[in-house]
This record gives sequence, C-alpha cells and structure tokens, in this order.
Amino acid sequence: MDVDGRAGSQRRALKQWPAEGVTRVPYWVYTDPEIYELETKRIFEGGSWNYVGLEAELPHPGDFRMSHVGPRPVIACRTNQGAISVLPNRCAHRGVQFCRSGFGNTTEFTCPYHQWTYNLYGKLVGAPFRKGVQGKGGMPPDFAPNEHGLPVLAVARRNGVIFAAFGESPPPIEEYIGPKMLPYFDRVFDGRALRVLGYSKQRIPSNWKLMFENIKDPYHASLLHVFLVTFGLFRADQPSETRMDTTGMHSVLVSSRGEQKGNAATAEMKSFRGDLKLNDSRLLDPVREYPGKATVVMQTLWPNLIVQQQTNTLATRQIVPRGPREFDLAWTFFGYADDTAAMTTRRLRQANLMGPAGFVSIDDSEVMQFSQQGISQDSSGAGFLEMGGRGTGDEDHMVTEAAIRAFYTHYRRVMKL
Amino acid sequence: MKPDGLRAQIEALFYEYADAIDEDRIEEWPEFFVEQGVYKIVSRQNFDRGLPLATMLCESKGMMKDRVNAIRNLSMYAPRYFRHLIANVRVKSETAEGIAVQSNYAVMQTLVDGETRVFNAGRCVDQIVREGDFLKFKSRLCIYDTIVIPNSLIYPL
Repeated sequence: MDVDGRAGSQRRALKQWPAEGVTRVPYWVYTDPEIYELETKRIFEGGSWNYVGLEAELPHPGDFRMSHVGPRPVIACRTNQGAISVLPNRCAHRGVQFCRSGFGNTTEFTCPYHQWTYNLYGKLVGAPFRKGVQGKGGMPPDFAPNEHGLPVLAVARRNGVIFAAFGESPPPIEEYIGPKMLPYFDRVFDGRALRVLGYSKQRIPSNWKLMFENIKDPYHASLLHVFLVTFGLFRADQPSETRMDTTGMHSVLVSSRGEQKGNAATAEMKSFRGDLKLNDSRLLDPVREYPGKATVVMQTLWPNLIVQQQTNTLATRQIVPRGPREFDLAWTFFGYADDTAAMTTRRLRQANLMGPAGFVSIDDSEVMQFSQQGISQDSSGAGFLEMGGRGTGDEDHMVTEAAIRAFYTHYRRVMKL
Repeated sequence: MKPDGLRAQIEALFYEYADAIDEDRIEEWPEFFVEQGVYKIVSRQNFDRGLPLATMLCESKGMMKDRVNAIRNLSMYAPRYFRHLIANVRVKSETAEGIAVQSNYAVMQTLVDGETRVFNAGRCVDQIVREGDFLKFKSRLCIYDTIVIPNSLIYPL
C-alpha cells in the first residue's frame, strides 16, 4: 500500500501543471498514455457532442456510414423514419467490430461471428439458436433480447451536420455551440442542402491536440504558410479576429483577404514572396459567397471538429485520435446542392490548398510531426504561450496565442488537471 | 507498330517519368504531359463512389509547374525519397484520340532519417498521345488504394 501510495504521489508530481497556468502546456499531455485514457473518458465520451458526419451523406432510409466518436468506431444511419441513429460498431455479444464497409445501405446489421442481428435503431432482432437446437442448448429462459441491443448514442443535428455523444446526453447542440459561436457555424451550414465532393484521410504522427492548437494559432499562419501569406489569404496585416466562446472550448479565426503587396508587416514575414506568380491562376480565382467582409473562417468545435471555409474551399476535418502519438484527420470536402458547375470546379481546384497534398496543409501536418518528435525527446518540458499576452479573451488581430490558452483552460477543467 | 513494340515504348515512358520523380528531377515532371494535360490523384474510395474530389489536381502544364514550384520552394516538409515500382502495363486501346493504358504502381517512401515503407499503391489510367517523336500524357489518373495517407503527399505519384 505504501508503494502504491508513493507511486501515486510521484505520478501526481510528474503531472503537475506548471504554476504559470495556461501560458505553459506541459509536454506530458502529448505523450502520456494515462492522460490519453483520461481524455477518451472525460473528453470524447464525457458529455461532448462529437461530429460524426453530414446528413447529405445519408440521403436514403437505410444509408449508413462508419465514423468515430473520439477513437471509438460508430455507425451513423438514416433510419426508416428519416431520423439519424448512431450505433457503436461493437457487437453486444462478444465485442466484434461487425460493420466493415465505410458506406452502404442496409435494413439491418448482422455480426458475422454468431449472427446477432440489429436493426437500424440498434435493437437486437435476431440471435440464432436462442432456443437451442433439437431441444438442446440455447440461451437461459430469462434471456431478454431487449436487454442486449447496442447502446445507441445520443444524436444532435444542426443544418445538416450530425453530432453524437456517448453516455449522458449533452445540452442541446445550439446551447453547446453557444450563442457566440453559432453564427459562425450557421454561416457555412446555413440550411442549404450540401453536396459532398469527396474525402481525404491522412494519418498524422502527432498528438490530436496539436491539430486543434494549429487551427487556434493564427500566429504561425503568417510565418509558416507561403501560400496564405503571399496570396493574402490569411495574413497578420489583414483585418482579423480571434474569438472564443465563454468556456474556451470552441473558437474561430476570422480574416479578410488582402493583396499580394509588400508592406512593413510583410517585411518581417520570410514567407512573403512578392514576386511569386501562378502559372495557372485558375487555382485561386476567388469568388465572394458569404455576407460580410470575412473571406476565411476557421472554426474549431470541441472535441473533434474543424470547419474550414477558406475562400471557396469548404470542408469538415474530423479528428480521430489513435493513442497519444497519432491521429487520423478525416476531411470531407463539400459544396452546396445548388452550386453552379463553375463553382464546383472552383471548389475542386481550391481543394489543392488543403488535404494531405494541400499547398497550405502540408506545412501543418509536417510541422505537427516535428512538434511531436521534439516534445517526445523529454516529456518534462513545457510549451511557452505568451504571444498576445497571457489572457484568454477575444482579440482583433492574429498575433496571439489566446485561443490556445482558452482551449487549455477548458481542457484543464474537464481533465481535472 | 506491333503491340509489343508499343508497349515497350510506353513502358519506357513510364520508367522515365518515375525516374524524374525518384531521382529528384521534379522540374522535368510537367514535360511528360501535353500543354493542356491533366494530372489527378484520386482515392479509390472517391473514384468508386463517383465523387469528383482529387487529392492533387493539375489541369494544365502550368498547374503542374506551380506544384513543382511549391515542392521546390514554398512547402515545408521533411526531406524524403520516393521509389516507384510499375507493373501490369496493359494497352487497352489505340484510337485517333490516343492510346489508353492501364498500369499498377507501388511507391516506397523513405524519410531520410527513417525506414522505407510502402507509401502508396494503386493503378494509373492514362491517355497517351504522340507529340512529334515523343509519347506524352494527355491525362494521367492515379487511383490509390491507400486511403489513409501516411501524413503528407508531397510529390506526384
């Protein structure tokens, strides 16, 4: 007992958040398997709405797609009543991950092992040999099929976007996103029918939180990304905002496109190339399509979603953690059902900026790998986050790490760290 | 031209193309295409479901040159080597429009401080035309089986 006690207190000491607070992020949050287990329970399964897909992917009754809530595989289905159900992809009998197709249409799911069969609502509708064979074997007489269905997840929908939650149902999705973040969400998901243009998936060898930090960090964008900086797609000298909800769990980075023109600010950006010209300018060719001045809104929604609107390229990016040192980033590129052919072509061309081969996002996925490698050298260090001061409030500029500090404020609360 | 002779010519084109990428002569890559040539890398998942998204899309030699410029001068990534293996080369048809060819490929990636791993596997569906003495791609569509890409796709396949 003494040994256990000492090990426990040593562990607590190792995992003591630095006294400076959220201006420091200890490296063990990116490497420690126990922290990862805690995150799975407290964040992804702990009363949060996880993005699982778009309604446009499931137009017909019986349509389903595989997805994830945190690291756990789930199946999102369009039921016969037009509603959406989300089922864990794990048989209630012996735990087999039974669904093997990414997408499909079905009336029921049958586990291949012992053919337990579930309907689209997760109800157990068949278990072979339940009453035995030739009077022998079978389940005990008190076997109640309604006690052995799949533990379905809570589901929320807003303007064609599907969220799901394990365990206790979180507050209504509008309340969860909050009044400050909801208008940014509704800007892209404005109720129009969506059209999925396609998917990309990449496996990034870094902790999942580094992805969130990246999209909450406008400071890096003006320095790392030649494409954004040079073509004025997102740059520190342009009118910009960094906004958080009241908890710090969600945030947006907002900016308006500028010109490829050098000034005092770009002089400090090594990545600004005044002389860079595209051989084929159809790659960009931006068209304004939303009201207001903003031409880019990058929204992060706790705990697994990034909504990307950069010029005319729209995508959801779903974070699927795979242990402390690796995650999958699942991109769903979309437009609207009423897009003209020219707009669809424009979106497909601008998709060259994003995804595993994106002119912009390559820089990010690579640097996240470098981050993880550096952090893993010695978990006793901590990141230093004082750009823009030490606060966690909104800013009308990009030269700040406030949204990351806000994220870790909420993270510490949820994780009890 | 006997079919075997044509296939040998096409294989030579494929090997030169792969060599330009594998041996770090990426500037030569657009020159394997006609001026309005199209190059697309599409996941098998998108292709099979009729979804138009490409992971990499170039609709002209100009866009390919922009991609080369990004690879050489603009993007930030860990240095790496690519190594192509090409097999199952089949001439499907030869018409006035061009020569339709299919082949399989596997690309090994070696991060310079890492192990060599199969990075991407799939098939190429090509339209090839004669331009003077040379065979050139009118279009090259790489359909990859490796739906989960190990981190970043830097070079064309």
